[in-house]
Amino acid sequence: MNYQFNWSVLWSGQSGGWLLQGLVTTLALSSLAWLLAVALGILSGAMRTVPWKPLRVVATFYVEFFRNVPLLVWMFFWYFGVPPLLPWAIREWLFDHAAEFWAGMFALGVYHGARMSEVIRSGIQSIPKTQFEAAVAIGLTTFQAYRLVIVPIALRLIVPPATSESLNLLKNSSVALTISVAELTFQTRQIETYTARAIEALTAGTVIYLGLCVGIATIMAHVERRFAIPGLIARGG
Amino acid sequence: MLDLAVIVNNFTFLVVQGLLGLGGFTGGTLRLAIPAIVLGFVLGIFIGIARLARAWWISVPATLYVEFFRGVPLVMVIFWIWFIIPQLLRLPIPEYGVALTAFVIFEAAYFGEIVRAGIQSVPRGQVEAATALGLTRAQSMRYVVLPQAIRNMVPSLVTQMIVLFKDTSLASIIGYVDLTKAAQIVNNREIRPFELYLFIALVYFIFTYSMSRIAGRFERRLA
Repeated sequence: MNYQFNWSVLWSGQSGGWLLQGLVTTLALSSLAWLLAVALGILSGAMRTVPWKPLRVVATFYVEFFRNVPLLVWMFFWYFGVPPLLPWAIREWLFDHAAEFWAGMFALGVYHGARMSEVIRSGIQSIPKTQFEAAVAIGLTTFQAYRLVIVPIALRLIVPPATSESLNLLKNSSVALTISVAELTFQTRQIETYTARAIEALTAGTVIYLGLCVGIATIMAHVERRFAIPGLIARGG
Repeated sequence: MLDLAVIVNNFTFLVVQGLLGLGGFTGGTLRLAIPAIVLGFVLGIFIGIARLARAWWISVPATLYVEFFRGVPLVMVIFWIWFIIPQLLRLPIPEYGVALTAFVIFEAAYFGEIVRAGIQSVPRGQVEAATALGLTRAQSMRYVVLPQAIRNMVPSLVTQMIVLFKDTSLASIIGYVDLTKAAQIVNNREIRPFELYLFIALVYFIFTYSMSRIAGRFERRLA
């Protein structure tokens, strides 16, 4: 291969700024979507285990429908399909305030909320049933038992799978480039377009993603040790 | 109001071209997904076994391969293949070749992890018994360990197949006419995004959900 590398394209001109902006957008998009995903995940994950069928049905429908359809289709759906149905004032506001970012955030959060829900449900189901019975026996309502006993234990149990799901979310935020959110992959492509330096641009993007993923995984390994529940590796009962 | 006529009028294009790939464009979700699943799994078997190899010069590269591809978005890998292969081979590669290569390389890392976990779930005594019977290491892997490992892998394998099936929608980014791209093409003419994207969401859902239901039944029978 006769390729003359020219790494300086990454910091000369606008490239450096673009990469930095892309990184910031990726982080903003991922963290907002993550908050939405965790909220939806905890809510629907808990709902799927409660002893009342209508709640379970609603949550199951949400989880199965949203996680079984490609994220890209959801991106198009939320960005192109939904805004025309909204009232004119809201639509106007959205298109003045980076509609593609909010649509992308919503698509990412709702999609990963359904996947997070499965992680949380399996965490809840791995808690011995006696915990719930004991909580009810000391006079807590079902809602209190979930809020004060079941969910806090489940959250500590699921640190490893929740971490890998969060990293999936971060990586999947790259799909938002299809609705022209100027995140990291989008900016990488932009540098490639402006400089015709595909290998250098892609390397920069790839290294940043790898760094983010490895960094978060390392931090979470510490968190996992810190929050591990002593003696609860094996299930009781 | 929901306009279902847009679906009815373009049903043939969406399903025959987009889903099956039998139209005028090279395309088709199934035509990409099925070979990608088969080849990705085959490469994944080798990577999974390589990760458990005793020789470090086999296990370390396999581990790096897996860790690298699991730390990078699939979109990035598709762009890599799209730009690099034509430069390396000095000839243009059709979208189908680019997409298939990217999916096989990327998904093999995930399949490799499933294979490794499956192999590690087979009790040690099985290998020892196979060795005691006089089988070589390759034979005991082929006849004793892998058949049992694959049985343990079924649930995660199906999950990964569903993920891959959904991921094929990303091939539309480089212009491959799959179901998602077909919906985009129709939408450019009809401007009915809500109906069209909801319809293809349903088509994807029918496939992925039935895959997971069949797997559930299969799992119960094996257990």
